Amino acid sequence: MTGCRFGDRALADTRDGPILTAHRAGLIGCRGCGRVWPDAEETCARCGAALVPPDRRSLAAVWAWLLAGFIFYVPANLFPMLKTKTLGGLGGSSESTIFGGVIELLHYGNWFVAGVVFTASIIVPIGKFIAIAWLATVAGKPATVHDAHRRLLLYEVVEFIGRWSMIDVFVVAILSALVQLGFVASIHPGPAAVAFALSVAFTMLSAQSFDPRLIWRGLPLRNRKD
Amino acid sequence: MQSEGTYDLTTGAGLVACPRCDALHVEHDLEPGETARCVRCNVVLARPRAGAFTRIIALSVASLVLLIGAMFFPFLEISRMGFGNQTSLFGVAMAFSEGPLMPLTVALMVTILGLPMLRSVLLVYTLLPLSRNRPPLAHAVWAFRLSETLRPWSMAEIFVIGTALALVKVAGLAAISLGPAFWAFCALILVNAASNVFTSATTIWDAIEDGGMRTDDRMPLRGQGLG
Ligand SMILES: [Zn+2]
Repeated sequence: MTGCRFGDRALADTRDGPILTAHRAGLIGCRGCGRVWPDAEETCARCGAALVPPDRRSLAAVWAWLLAGFIFYVPANLFPMLKTKTLGGLGGSSESTIFGGVIELLHYGNWFVAGVVFTASIIVPIGKFIAIAWLATVAGKPATVHDAHRRLLLYEVVEFIGRWSMIDVFVVAILSALVQLGFVASIHPGPAAVAFALSVAFTMLSAQSFDPRLIWRGLPLRNRKD
Repeated sequence: MQSEGTYDLTTGAGLVACPRCDALHVEHDLEPGETARCVRCNVVLARPRAGAFTRIIALSVASLVLLIGAMFFPFLEISRMGFGNQTSLFGVAMAFSEGPLMPLTVALMVTILGLPMLRSVLLVYTLLPLSRNRPPLAHAVWAFRLSETLRPWSMAEIFVIGTALALVKVAGLAAISLGPAFWAFCALILVNAASNVFTSATTIWDAIEDGGMRTDDRMPLRGQGLG
């Protein structure tokens, strides 16, 4: 096994000057494996990833996926997530939307599940739309080093938490599977389950399309402390 | 081969750019156990571990066995009025199989079973020759890049939490017990977490490169550079 050859020293223009980036040096860094290539290269010869310069043009994909995610989030909330004929003792035939389901859970005193579903299906998706839209808006605009660190933290949270929104779709899948156990007469996922799954997937793609290097592009070229 | 610590600011040889903030770093060898972090954004650039490749292979094989087991063993069991019944993961997926929801069935099976299995196979394919100091196989570059791309889409752990939530939701209505397949998925979470600890993508890229797929044959100009 070979040792890794990453350095932990940065190249600095001057002693207390800003950090030299690949872009500023007229080079292009591979986001897949870290290799640095001359600016004209289009594909990383080591890992095969496309070499994309950190400029605002790459934000078009972020906005497109974000819009798709938002469009699908609307039917995900308007249509029923779960169609139930009789759910054991819970009784009655019902169709519940995401929000309706949370209210129903609260009604039965199931605070914990209600809290998780509300967080994963409503707070997190809406928070993600706002966070990505904001990151894409301010990307490349003037910022302080402090701002940049906060934006990167926000991006990392969005990137980490995005897939967890899928949890409600899995809950619906398991509940529907209980039909097979003879537990309930009839319980089916509604169209909102598909719309919600697509919304989460598109929002994940939007977050993945965002180039975090843009966060640092807005830093002033000369600052006293980096 | 270029000598350690030399770099070339015109070709980028011997340099590393942080994937998060683009800061340039000079490459140098790390000892196993050391961690290289970006000086600006503090993201982990590389974290080689002793014996990491062998362990990732073992963990990938374990994950494959668990996933195959999870497909065939019962996932949930119910007993009510002396009447027992059970369903496998396919039963869960089939809950979505009617009409327009069919694509969702496929997507669920892919994210909880298909992708984790594919990633395990790809990792073994990439790392097995490297762990034995042999040159990487023909498609190692492609295999490892695909494995990294698929990482966020493999959702076994989210599925486990979702199942637990669903059972809390219907708790008290019937005695639902968890089958071996559920516990296989729980074990899978631990296996994946351990595998992630040992995986340092940049270390693997370096190993693929050094193992024979030497694509980077740029020679740095000795003594040139900044500072
Ligand atoms: Zn690369």
